[in-house]
Amino acid sequence: MKHKKVAYYPGCALEGTGHAYNRSTKAVGKALGLDLVELENWNCCGAMEVKNVDPKLQTYLSARNLAIAEDMGFDTVMAPCNGCYHNLKKAEYDLEHDQGSKDVVSRISTKAGHKTYEAGKVTTIHALDWIKESVGEEGLAKLVKKPLKGLKVANYYGCMYTRPRHIFPEKDQGPGSESTSKPHFMDDLLAAAGATNVDFPLKTACCGGAHTLSDSDTSTKLVLNILMAAEACGADVIATECPTCHTGLEMHQKRAETNFGKKTSVKILYFTQLLGMAMGLSKRNVGVHENFSDSGDLLKARGLG
Amino acid sequence: MTTDLALPMIDPRGEACDDLLALDPAVLAQARFAIIHDLVAFAEDRVSVWLLSKGKTPGDAEVEGFRLLGLHRQAAQGDASFNACRETCRELIYQTNMVKAATDDAEAARHVRLAIMVARHLALFINGKLEVAGLGEFCCSAKGIRSEDADRNQGHDFDTTMTTP
Repeated sequence: MKHKKVAYYPGCALEGTGHAYNRSTKAVGKALGLDLVELENWNCCGAMEVKNVDPKLQTYLSARNLAIAEDMGFDTVMAPCNGCYHNLKKAEYDLEHDQGSKDVVSRISTKAGHKTYEAGKVTTIHALDWIKESVGEEGLAKLVKKPLKGLKVANYYGCMYTRPRHIFPEKDQGPGSESTSKPHFMDDLLAAAGATNVDFPLKTACCGGAHTLSDSDTSTKLVLNILMAAEACGADVIATECPTCHTGLEMHQKRAETNFGKKTSVKILYFTQLLGMAMGLSKRNVGVHENFSDSGDLLKARGLG
Repeated sequence: MTTDLALPMIDPRGEACDDLLALDPAVLAQARFAIIHDLVAFAEDRVSVWLLSKGKTPGDAEVEGFRLLGLHRQAAQGDASFNACRETCRELIYQTNMVKAATDDAEAARHVRLAIMVARHLALFINGKLEVAGLGEFCCSAKGIRSEDADRNQGHDFDTTMTTP
């Protein structure tokens, strides 16, 4: 089986605000019979903060994580966070195409006393790729004990899963591959678990997440529009696959209510939480109690978790 | 485009979208062609405003038969962060096509509503970007928004000795 055992790079957010995603990803992996081996002594991928100041330093930070995966004997690392996934892919691209980045990574790696990572040694995949390419929809459907029948889901992929396109050369490769303009891997997996995906027009729309502190009102308005569009599409739940998107949707849902008087009731859950509950895992197993958004009533009504 | 109905005029901030969304589905269906015409014009206007703010003249070139997509391509040339609204522009065209292809009023009204929300999202993004140009820079375009400043600024307060030879 492809991806039966892969290196796991949770990243910083999954140890903090996105802990429910960490918990549910591990729980789902275990239920699917997939092994995750966490990178030893991993570091921040450079996130937005380091990239903001010095993009080549961010390339180094991500390259170090790839070097660790290689040292541990893995050719694949799975990163569930869109920001981490994006940054590892960007580092891979930079090291393949930009001599300046190679020089910087070589210089700092030597100074730090570890092996210099070279492009092409480790492939970065997202949690969606991991499940889709290992067990696939058919394998997943066989493991579903409590189908998400009747649950209407708007799948929100956010921006960094597909943009910029050039760092994701495996996407847009025709049937079976992921699409950058209309991503569908999350839709496919949740449909296999019995959910009804709604036709959601803002799957990859900007939520202003990176500006949530510097220009909170813009972020809140963008998120509010996403929430309202999901409700207009008939969604009970917005499924997420990124801790930054997830936290942004939850926080700005509340902020839209308190600051703009606009209340929305659509629930927000990680796709791994939905898959886990479909496979019979409890709400606690998949960290629903760690979400800020309270989806208890909906899950109870649906007999989930 | 004219209609017998008095539709809210879409303002530059897109706030009238709320008024449009509040209309009865039957009204949305009846006025579908006028509304989608106005929404596309509104979207073109927003992208044009962004181009003008960058000292560029909005062109008339079409991409796949749509000026909006042509304007977006023009705006994204040399500014990858503008790709953060590429799918939003394409989605608006898709929704308007679905309105034109709708075979019943309920389906037409549903796509009109979605088109309104998509157009509003585009306006929110561009208006936000007019206030904070970096919106979409360091996430979607994977660009260090302060790297050029850092190159210019010798008095920076961060250490670049690791990345400069």
